[in-house]
Amino acid sequence: MSNTTLTNVTDAIDLGLLTEEYDQICDILNRTPNYTELSIFSVMWSEHCSYKNSILWLKKLPKSGKNMLVEAGEENAGLVDIGDGLACAFKIESHNHPSALEPYQGAATGVGGINRDIFTMGARPIAQLNSLRFGDIKLDKTQWLLKGVVKGIGDYGNSFGIPIVGGETFFDKSYNANPLVNAFSAGIMHKGDMISAIAKGNGNPVFIVGSATGKDGINGAAFASKDLTQDSVNDIPSVQVGDPFQEKLLLEATMEISKTNALVGMQDMGAAGIICSTSEMSSAGKCGMKIYLDKVPTRQKMEPFEILLSESQERMLLVIKKGKENIVKNIFKKWDLNCEQIGEVTNSKRLEFYFNNECIANVPSESLVLGGGAPVYEREYKEPNYYNDYKKFNISTILPPSNIIKVAREIIKLPNIASKKWIFEQYDSMVGTINMSTNCPSDAAIVNVKGTNKALAMTVDCNARYVHADPKIGCAIAVFEAARNIVCSGGEPMAITNCLNFGNPYDPEVYWQFVNSILGMKEACEALQTPVTGGNVSFYNQTVNPNSTEPCFPTPTIGMIGLVPDKNHIMTLDFKSSGDLIYLIGECHDDISSSEYLANYLNIQSSPAPYFDVNKELSLQKMIKLLIKNKQIKSAHDISDGGLYVNLIESGIVNNYGFDIFTNHEFRQDAYLFGESQSRVVVSIDKNNQSKFENFLKNKTPYTFLGQVTSGKIVIDDVDFGNINSVKEDYLSTIESILNF
Amino acid sequence: MKFGVVVFPGSNCDEDTVYALRNVLKQDVVKLWHKDTDLQNVDFIILPGGFSYGDYLRSGAIARFSPIMDKVIDFANNGGYVLGICNGFQILCEANLLPGTLKRNQNHNFICKNIFIKPQHNLTIFTENTGPKNVYKIPIAHAEGCYFADEKTLQKIIDNKQIVFKYCDEKGEISNQVNPNGSLKNIAGICNKNRNVFGMMPHPERACDQLLNNTDGKTILEGAINILEKMGK
Repeated sequence: MSNTTLTNVTDAIDLGLLTEEYDQICDILNRTPNYTELSIFSVMWSEHCSYKNSILWLKKLPKSGKNMLVEAGEENAGLVDIGDGLACAFKIESHNHPSALEPYQGAATGVGGINRDIFTMGARPIAQLNSLRFGDIKLDKTQWLLKGVVKGIGDYGNSFGIPIVGGETFFDKSYNANPLVNAFSAGIMHKGDMISAIAKGNGNPVFIVGSATGKDGINGAAFASKDLTQDSVNDIPSVQVGDPFQEKLLLEATMEISKTNALVGMQDMGAAGIICSTSEMSSAGKCGMKIYLDKVPTRQKMEPFEILLSESQERMLLVIKKGKENIVKNIFKKWDLNCEQIGEVTNSKRLEFYFNNECIANVPSESLVLGGGAPVYEREYKEPNYYNDYKKFNISTILPPSNIIKVAREIIKLPNIASKKWIFEQYDSMVGTINMSTNCPSDAAIVNVKGTNKALAMTVDCNARYVHADPKIGCAIAVFEAARNIVCSGGEPMAITNCLNFGNPYDPEVYWQFVNSILGMKEACEALQTPVTGGNVSFYNQTVNPNSTEPCFPTPTIGMIGLVPDKNHIMTLDFKSSGDLIYLIGECHDDISSSEYLANYLNIQSSPAPYFDVNKELSLQKMIKLLIKNKQIKSAHDISDGGLYVNLIESGIVNNYGFDIFTNHEFRQDAYLFGESQSRVVVSIDKNNQSKFENFLKNKTPYTFLGQVTSGKIVIDDVDFGNINSVKEDYLSTIESILNF
Repeated sequence: MKFGVVVFPGSNCDEDTVYALRNVLKQDVVKLWHKDTDLQNVDFIILPGGFSYGDYLRSGAIARFSPIMDKVIDFANNGGYVLGICNGFQILCEANLLPGTLKRNQNHNFICKNIFIKPQHNLTIFTENTGPKNVYKIPIAHAEGCYFADEKTLQKIIDNKQIVFKYCDEKGEISNQVNPNGSLKNIAGICNKNRNVFGMMPHPERACDQLLNNTDGKTILEGAINILEKMGK
């Protein structure tokens, strides 16, 4: 079909639009759209760009707070005031669908995209994290995906030169065909230096800079907005190709330009390429643009609609103050990057695209964007049957294990528990010389803010098994766990970004998971006073087989940043010396629901979310902050996946210490050691500080004396559980030995 | 002393190197742009880590042809001190200022972690002040760090005592188990015959800041600075 052929409703459906959406487009244009125009609407109104099936619920999340400089939806990423005249921009985004088909490039371009979101605002990225979900690790397909994704993230991030300081990886068969790749980046800038994603000023020139445009990623946004099927492999041309070297040059050039006064606005080109950045920037400035697509530097012969929709990476759209073009051109010349004027800002509020003097599309800019003319839908939702079935779980139906030592040994080797060293050693975690956690690990990654007395704490968290069992409680737990990690590291939680990975929104049971996750997140964020600064929604994470649909676990990944106001108050998770006393702070419960022990050791999937109480959590976090502030404790580590036993092992492994503890016989020993009931933190203290410490806690927070740190022996209830060195061997080698089998 | 840190497109440890020299070691530092040909009267040149020109071809193969490199080669041939760290080491090998080459790591993966290195003698500015017991914990971060040279070249660098650092364990034992990348003879760093040009895969600049709880890299760099200052640099 040629670029200007007139369309009909069948063409619209072929492009993924609905019949009523086609009618709406005809109304907006007051005529029949041509093929290029219809393509424009199809990508801009795709779920990926328009959030049409999620925005009504996203708007319920809290987005204001005393430290927010830029709120969600205003710019490419949220911006938080961290004092000293500095601001932190941070965001998490998914690249699930590309990674499912082409794991290396899919993951690599995910890293590229999220970093561009940060530096297009004028912030220099300082740290990255990622949150990955894969299927059963024993499957060949999972191993292929895992190796490709890790190499893609590593090759891109390592070359780009921003450290990966933390992350999480979780395996479950629900992700067998559809892995999740969520990339987080945080950057720092001087408060006044923000670059806006806005176009204004009639006659101001519009430039495209960075890589030349190619046919990669055409219709990528639309591709990410439908089910993955067996035919999805035919969409491989929709996967973009990354070039971290160009990204690094683009970063340096952008940082130089942000210090000039030549710029009106700038936006990176991600999903939906030129059409997305021109429409969003124009709409933000209530103006229009004339764009001459034949002036765009291309790598190959391309149709105008392909140039418009291409998702080629490492490109930016700039609006320059008229007369200052040379300042910008010289900076890009210094960095050997393309820099071409492709059009100008107009007062028309319309986007007019020309190719060889022929107008091939003419649409109102506002009609395309979220908050403008893009459709907004209310979707129906319905509680799935499994939800109540899961709640019927009763721990008394599970026989206590006959050999608890064997359970302990096997738990450490579960893929979700064992060290992810094989993954994170392929990432440069130390470039930038700001990663304070390399030699002294904490629950959250600690990033030095050079030139200040401050540090930032960052973490990504989501236990999707909990969310599946109970979306509202599970998502609240994800937010509170992120906060607990920050608090245990000596930080004050500031704000979150979210990456909402769900199945098909047209399935009412999937949408029920989405709605309840949002409600849980809202409550948690309000209780913690951590606003949501932005993020993204990724629906259609499920595999459609000829006879069935397999949705992934609902996975609302939470990325949180916290501020450590004083670097002297950073807390670490490792045991410091033999003879130190170990305490558990918080309440114990006879609870093994949704634990690794129940799901992956006993292979029982139907159980509710683990025990959780918001008020107990808040008071626990308050107490941990006080203990750190008053220098009462030598280590703090929150109890999460794998329970108390795994927690103690993780604290011991760092410096090769063991522990000698007693469990409380009021509780089942398996629940005590491997249960994952929430709001519990293990701390270690100097033995001379015992009475002062206990007085500090008394009548305020429940606590239990567990025992003491040993020089290597692991003893529980006077039973020998072996030595930390042999556990360490299992812990470190499991993933690698599965992958090399 | 005045240091020059060369910035190639794709260098990403240039800022870290400048920070370590200027903020931690209190030295004068200037950046030397790859398109320039003026060395600005520096006493010591560092080629930093990173992915010069993206390193899509053999690492360092393109950077070696940058305009600044002709001047760096002249500087080195006239006895000037040059240190290449990681990508800088690769570039120095490509420029024939150091013998041998750096191949893909034996496991074919990028590796980033702390490793230990042991000085092999006290015949260089970096090792003159080190005792026999000294073992340094320094981070590595590379995909192509497997040192290789043909037999004749290897014999020569052994005979000339050009091996400066070897990978070892925390007690200083040198073995295959602690060789992170498959380097011949556990080689982590070498020098030229005149002992004024150095290359090492580990990143000393990443182990300088006390806030990161490892200053072994500072000890190595400080040792060289002290000796050169005594020599009147």
